[in-house]
Amino acid sequence: MSARERIAGTVAGYVDDRTGAAKWMKKNLNKVFPDHWSFLLGEIALYSFIILLLSGTFLTFWFVPSQHEVIYNGSYQPLSGLSMSEAYQSTLHISFDIRGGLLMRQIHHWAALLFMVAIVVHLLRVYFTGAFRKPREFNWIIGVGLLTLGIVEGFLGYSLPDDLLSGTGIRIAEAIIQALPVVGSYISYFAFGGAFPGDAFIPRIYTVHVLLLPGIFLALITVHLMLVWYQKHTQYPGPGRTEKNVVGYPLLPVYMAKAGGFFFIVFGVIAFLSAVASINPIWLYGPYTPGQISAGSQPDWYMGWLDGLVRMSPPLETHAFGHTISWNILIPGLIVPGIMFTGLALYPFIESWISGDKREHHILDRPRNVPNRTALGAMALTFTIVGLLNGGNDIISTTFHLTINQMMWFSRIGILVLPPIAFVITKRLCLSLQRADRDLVLHGRETGTLVRMPSGEFVEVHEPISAEKAWVLTQHEQPKPLELSDTDARGVKRPGAIKNKLRNRMSRANAVAVPKVSAQDLKEIEHH
Amino acid sequence: MKHLSRYRRHKAAAPLLLLFALLAIGTTFSVASATPSKSISTFARTAAIDEGRAIFLKGCSSCHGLNAEGGQVAPSLIGVGAASVDFQVGTGRMPMADMSTQAVRKPPKYNAEQVAALAQYVSSLATGPAIPTDAVLNYERDGNTAEGGQLFRTNCAMCHNFAAQGGALTQGKYAPTLMGVEPKYMYEAMITGPQSMPVFGDKIITPAEKLSIIKWIKSAQAEPALGGAALGRVGPVTEGLLSWTLGIGLLIGVAVWLAMKAR
Repeated sequence: MSARERIAGTVAGYVDDRTGAAKWMKKNLNKVFPDHWSFLLGEIALYSFIILLLSGTFLTFWFVPSQHEVIYNGSYQPLSGLSMSEAYQSTLHISFDIRGGLLMRQIHHWAALLFMVAIVVHLLRVYFTGAFRKPREFNWIIGVGLLTLGIVEGFLGYSLPDDLLSGTGIRIAEAIIQALPVVGSYISYFAFGGAFPGDAFIPRIYTVHVLLLPGIFLALITVHLMLVWYQKHTQYPGPGRTEKNVVGYPLLPVYMAKAGGFFFIVFGVIAFLSAVASINPIWLYGPYTPGQISAGSQPDWYMGWLDGLVRMSPPLETHAFGHTISWNILIPGLIVPGIMFTGLALYPFIESWISGDKREHHILDRPRNVPNRTALGAMALTFTIVGLLNGGNDIISTTFHLTINQMMWFSRIGILVLPPIAFVITKRLCLSLQRADRDLVLHGRETGTLVRMPSGEFVEVHEPISAEKAWVLTQHEQPKPLELSDTDARGVKRPGAIKNKLRNRMSRANAVAVPKVSAQDLKEIEHH
Repeated sequence: MKHLSRYRRHKAAAPLLLLFALLAIGTTFSVASATPSKSISTFARTAAIDEGRAIFLKGCSSCHGLNAEGGQVAPSLIGVGAASVDFQVGTGRMPMADMSTQAVRKPPKYNAEQVAALAQYVSSLATGPAIPTDAVLNYERDGNTAEGGQLFRTNCAMCHNFAAQGGALTQGKYAPTLMGVEPKYMYEAMITGPQSMPVFGDKIITPAEKLSIIKWIKSAQAEPALGGAALGRVGPVTEGLLSWTLGIGLLIGVAVWLAMKAR
C-alpha cells in the first residue's frame, strides 16, 4: 500500500466512523442506470435549473426590485434623461455597466427557455413511453407541478425588468385576474396593492421569483429525483430486461462521468447561445408606461400558446347582477388551461381506470403499441401547437404574407378540427406500424436482392431478423378489453351501469391492436 | 372727414364697417400667411406644372380622374399637397402595381425631376403640406434621441414595433419597417398620413419632435447588435424558435452521442 493510499484510507475511515456512509455509498454508487439518449432529457432540465440558480444569483447582486421612479443617467445614450423605474434602470446597469452582466442576463434567459423546452420534451418522452404508470404516478404529478411552476416562474422572471414588453405582459396578467367572476377585481387590487400598475407589484414578484418558487422547485426536484432513485429507472424492452431488473451501467464511474460531463456540455451550449444570440433586448423596448405598446408584443414561448388561445377567442361577454363576466378571457385564460393541466396530472389514473391495469410497470412501451395513448398525446400536442402558432399570428402573417384575419380563422377552426384529425391519423399510423412489425417478424427484412426462380417467377430474398430484434417486436402485452357486465352474479342490476358501459367502450377502443406474432405463428411460418 | 361722420349713425354704417373690417383682416391674413415660392420663377413654375400635368394624365388619371378629382378606386388628390406626392411616387408606392390591400414600396417609376413636376402640379390644384426642405430636415442638429424614442414608443411603436421593424395590421395591411427609410419620407409620412397611417400634424407632434423621432429611428438602425445576433428584433417569437431548433437540437444531439459511446 502506497503512502497516498494509506492517507486516503485514513480519511475515508475517519468520515465513515462518524457518518457510517461507507455502506450506503457502496450500495448506491453501484446502482445501475439504463442507457438511452432519451433518459438524458430530464437531465437537461436539471442542469438548466442549476445554471438558472447560478446566473440568477449573479443578477440579484445588482438588480433593484423597485418601481420607484428615477432619471436615467447611465451609459446607454438613447435612453439618457428618461424617467424610469429603478428595476429597469438596474437592469440597464447590469446590461451595460457590469462586466459580463449582459452575458449573464442572456445566459439566465436562454437557460430559462431551454429549461422549459427540456421539461416539455422530457414530459413527452415519459408520456409516450408510458413511464408514468404504476408505481410512478406521484412522480408524474410532481413533474406536471414543475411544468406549471416553470411557466409561472418564467413569466415572473421576464416581468421583473419593467421594460415595455414585460409591463405589457403584466397588464395582460392583470386582465386575466380581473376576468375571474365576482372576486377578480378584488384579487387584482390585492396583488397590485391598488390600481395597476402601482408600485408594489415588482417588489412582490421579485420575492416570489427568487425565494419562494426556487425553494419549491428545489424541494420538488429533490423528491422527483429521490423517487427515480428509489423506484429505479425504467428501461426500454430488450432481451434480458425484465420487470424485476435494470440493465445498464453503475453510477460510479460511468454515470458520474457522463452526467458530470453532460452538465458542462449543457452549460457550454447555453453559454454559446448567450454569446452569439441576443435575447430580450430590454434597452430597445424602453421603460414601461401604461400608455405605450409595441406591435408584435409576445410572451415567451411557454406562455405563447395561452396568448394564442386568448387572441383567437371571440368577443363574448355577459352582464349579470351588476357583474361583467368576460368569457373571452375567462375561457382561454383560465378554464381551458385549468382543464388541460388537471387532465395532464390525472392522466395516469384515467388510463389505468380505462385499462383496468393495476400492475407495476418498469419496461417502457413502444408508442405504436399503445395507439390510443399515443393518439391522445398527438391530439393534445396539436391543440397546443395551434395555440402557439396563433400566439405569433402577427409575426407569422407579416413573414409569410398572410393576413392576421386568415391566421385567426385558421386557428379558430383548426383548434377544434385539427386535434381530432391528429388523433385519427396517429392511431392509424400506430396500427400500420404494428402491422409492419408483424410483417418484419414473420417474413424478415427485405434485402433488395431479387432472385429468379426456375419457374420464371421473381422473388425478393427476405433475411430473418435477429432474435434480439424479434424479442423487442414481440415482447409487449396486448391487453384484452374489459368486459364489465351490467348485472352481478345473481342477475341483479349493478349500480353504476352507465359508468361500466362507458368504461367498457373506452377499454375496447384502448385495446384495438394488430395481433402480435405468437409462437404458433412462427412455427407455422417455419413449416413453409 | 366731417361729411363722413354725418353718416356714422346711418343704418348701413355698422354692416358696412363690419364688411370692411372682415375684408381688411382677410386680406392681411392671406398676405401674411402665403408662402411665396422663392426658388422657382412664375415662368418655370408654370412649365413644371404643365409637365407634371402631362405625366399625371398619362400615368395617374386613369384612377385619380382627369382633374385629380378621384374616382371609384382612388381618392381625390386636390389638397393632398406636394409632400404626399413626393412620398407616394418618390418611394415607388404610386403608381400601384396592383389594386391589392396596400401599396408597397418598390423602385420608383419616375425620376426625381418628374416626381417634382408631379408634386408641383398637384399642389397647384389646392394648397397642402409642402415637401420639407433639407434645412428643415437637419435632424442631427435639431433632434433629441431619447425624447424621440419616448415619442416613437408612444405614437409609432404600436404599429411599427418597438425597434421600427414594422408590424401586422388587420386584413393583410401592415406598417412597413422604417429601417433604411430616408428622413424626408419619414417626415412626409408623418405630415400626410399615407394609407393606414394617421396624420401627425405639427400641433400634435411639433416639427422639432418629428426630427427627434427620426433621429431615434436612425440611432436604433445604426445601433450594433449589442447582445449578439439581433434575431430580427421582433421579440420572443424568434427566441422561442431558436431555443426549439438550435438549442434543444444541439443538446439532444449531444445526448444521443453520449448514449452511443457507451456501447
